Amino acid sequence: MKKIYQFLIAASVLGMWGCKKDSEFLNVEPTSIIPTELAFSNASNVLSVLADLYNRQVDFSTLKDWYTMADFSESFPSENGRAFLVQRNNWDFGEWGSWDYGYIRQLNLFLERLELTETLAASDKARFKAEGRFLRANYYFELTKRMGGVPLILKSLSYDFSGKTDDLQYARSKESEMYDFVISEAEAIKADLPIDGKTNATDAARASRGAALAMECRAALYAGSIAKYGAGTPQVSLPGGEVGIPASMAADYYTKALAAAKEIITGTAGSYSLYNKKADLADNFSNIFIDKGNNPETIFIEDFKLKSGKVHYFTGWNQPRYGAEEEEGGRINPSLNLVESFEKLDNTYAPVPVSDASGNPIYYANQTDPFAGRDARLAGTVMLPGTFFKGRQVDIWAGYLLADNSIFSGDDRGQQKVLPGTTGLRQVVGLDGPINAKEFTAQSGFYLRKYLDPAVGSGSRGTNSELPFIRYRYAEVLLNAAEAAFELGQTGDAATYLNQVRARAGLIIPLAAGDITFDRIVHERRVELSFEGHILYDQKRWRNAHKIWDGNKMTPTELVTNIGSATKRNTQPYGLWSYKYFNPGSPNDGKWVFRIVLPNLVTGANNFQFGNYYSRIGDDIRANNPKIVRQPNQ
Amino acid sequence: MVILSGDCKKNKSKQMKIKFQYIGLLALLIGAVSCKKDNFKAPSSTLSGKILYQGEAIQVEHDRVSYELYQYGFGKVGAIAQTFTQEGTYSSLLFDGQYKLIIPNGQGPFKWKQTASGGPDSLAVTVNGNQALDLEVTPYYMIRTPQITTAGGKVTASFKAEKIIVDATGKDIERVSLYINKTQFVSVNDNIQKIDLAGSAITDPNNISLELTIPTLVPTQNYVFARIAIKIAGLDDSILSPLQKITF
Repeated sequence: MKKIYQFLIAASVLGMWGCKKDSEFLNVEPTSIIPTELAFSNASNVLSVLADLYNRQVDFSTLKDWYTMADFSESFPSENGRAFLVQRNNWDFGEWGSWDYGYIRQLNLFLERLELTETLAASDKARFKAEGRFLRANYYFELTKRMGGVPLILKSLSYDFSGKTDDLQYARSKESEMYDFVISEAEAIKADLPIDGKTNATDAARASRGAALAMECRAALYAGSIAKYGAGTPQVSLPGGEVGIPASMAADYYTKALAAAKEIITGTAGSYSLYNKKADLADNFSNIFIDKGNNPETIFIEDFKLKSGKVHYFTGWNQPRYGAEEEEGGRINPSLNLVESFEKLDNTYAPVPVSDASGNPIYYANQTDPFAGRDARLAGTVMLPGTFFKGRQVDIWAGYLLADNSIFSGDDRGQQKVLPGTTGLRQVVGLDGPINAKEFTAQSGFYLRKYLDPAVGSGSRGTNSELPFIRYRYAEVLLNAAEAAFELGQTGDAATYLNQVRARAGLIIPLAAGDITFDRIVHERRVELSFEGHILYDQKRWRNAHKIWDGNKMTPTELVTNIGSATKRNTQPYGLWSYKYFNPGSPNDGKWVFRIVLPNLVTGANNFQFGNYYSRIGDDIRANNPKIVRQPNQ
Repeated sequence: MVILSGDCKKNKSKQMKIKFQYIGLLALLIGAVSCKKDNFKAPSSTLSGKILYQGEAIQVEHDRVSYELYQYGFGKVGAIAQTFTQEGTYSSLLFDGQYKLIIPNGQGPFKWKQTASGGPDSLAVTVNGNQALDLEVTPYYMIRTPQITTAGGKVTASFKAEKIIVDATGKDIERVSLYINKTQFVSVNDNIQKIDLAGSAITDPNNISLELTIPTLVPTQNYVFARIAIKIAGLDDSILSPLQKITF
């Protein structure tokens, strides 16, 4: 009886569900997929879709991977797993390639679906559309920098399973057409993009009128220089124009670059200015990358936010290792090649003085003395030995120099030994190195300061950092304007633009129109924009990469001569190591001496071949689409 | 399977035993048969040769000049890409069949034949067993009568740079170099000491002389390897002289 009762209850419970029709029961809206209509039904949903597209942008250098900033002899990579950067003799032809047509398809679909929606306010729709087009143009720009002309696909393509793919195969556009596209898109969308009023610290993370113009300015400048300097390397071109731009188009591109820069400079796209909030100019320069609140210099950024999941560990990777929040760091060690290229305050170039005219070492009272009287961007970019980070002095020194000119050092961080002629242990090498092949020590004698976050927790794995990566900033626009003006023969204007950037760095003796040379332009971009992902693209567009990275090893003599020359060889990262002089009784006892060293791990020399100017398009891509022509010199 | 159709209950233990035996046998059989079907033979024919100009070997940099082999008829086409050795030789292990060989544009200190549209012309190769195939090219320059000697801790090289392509498509000399290294790989990348002379500084191409001092070798050895190089302007590559071991 009891059993029957239980059965009855079970049956009736089942029956309650059974009342629902099968079709109704089975027809459930999926909770993990948002249908297209819903996604495009209101502004906040569209913004979510757009946020994903923003998040998938491709940058050359990024805070999400320190090693994207470490190459090209501008720094030594102090992590043994990445030492190959300074041991290889060439770059693979495929290096730096990008071919994400999946992303382009998503962008095209976004624009097409946005077009169909009718529930959005017209102003919202126009802005979203402009943002989508901005992202698409920006990625095509990124592709062009790496690959030259690529198939320019502006609608979503679908395969109909017919077995025929001819209509899906697009040939590569001309390189000039790619730049024309970026420029015309920027012009077309700029009116629909808002002016960044700098009311919200994160406004610069979304495309603004300033961002569109900055992109246009950079693209036109790149195209102009490829046209002009490409004439010197006729072998880096293709007969169909997929690679290379005719020299006759240079002036037109430079004019467009200058016009776009002027629109930003005159303030019609928002009130941008150079960051100038701190009295100490080196701190001020470093603060450009740290100050998130109302930073007038940032035009377009990749933003990060603590506790949101979107954070980066750049500070943790590169912080001075000793006493850091995590027992690691120290990876990017800026090279002496870069350090010595920062000018003296009288606008001249000079190596860091280590010995006097007769070859005797110079004894310095303070470790920072040899770097005094230079461009403030040096101390703002590079963490010099003897300076401070998060209130702690970095402990970079390579050992003792004894009276007999021999070196007494250790092979572990902060090792203690008994110095000859003394009793008792004492520290004989810095806790931050430099020690050859000891990863995370300052093997070039320097640590990186740019983009290092002084906030508490930024260097700890559990917290990370929320400093934004700046993709476009006002100083670059000024440098673009200077370069375009210089190339157009307006050297007076070029000097005016350059002097603004230089004055901010403490170089207050203005350059005259006659001082502006190609070398000056190249130099200024290198010191202002180091570790921001410009060096490769700049050297490529000037067709200068094969000259400065020519595969020849460097000698110390070569290192300290010709500083400031655009074609100066830069194939191996040198270091500058400091030693404490130990000679009790001598007036120089306890002072600092410096020596130029090539870190032991540096065995290779950068060799940029003509085939590296445009990254290889993979065999798989060319097999799928025979219309894609291969790159020159590969 | 006849045995299995008997009374289940009665033959349970016996039946299980037989079943396992059968499975084992089946697995063995499958194993024996599949050996043939699943395992492909490895490529076994060697195609090898060297780059020549009028019977003389062209020597290049190690792992720098590439050549590509293509085989058609198997769907998508991709290159089998490899590089020449520093002696200018190559060798590829291939299946027998029809191939096309090219040297891509801009590779090597020489001219490879081009098609009318400017692409590299392909060389049809039928591989059937091991075979040698030398590649005839036209170098921009040849290093003639290279002499490398040593005396008093110095290495001296003298040679003649003969311009082979003298028409409008010819190229200038960017620089001439003498490299020495402790190992047999000697090039712009692999050297312990080098001396360059810019192309513009050459007064007599028929009598070029370079001299360098041998640095201290650690660990010590009483020999070095030396090569002379002519870097062609507008190309990545240099033409080099044969490797020479110099004992001192």
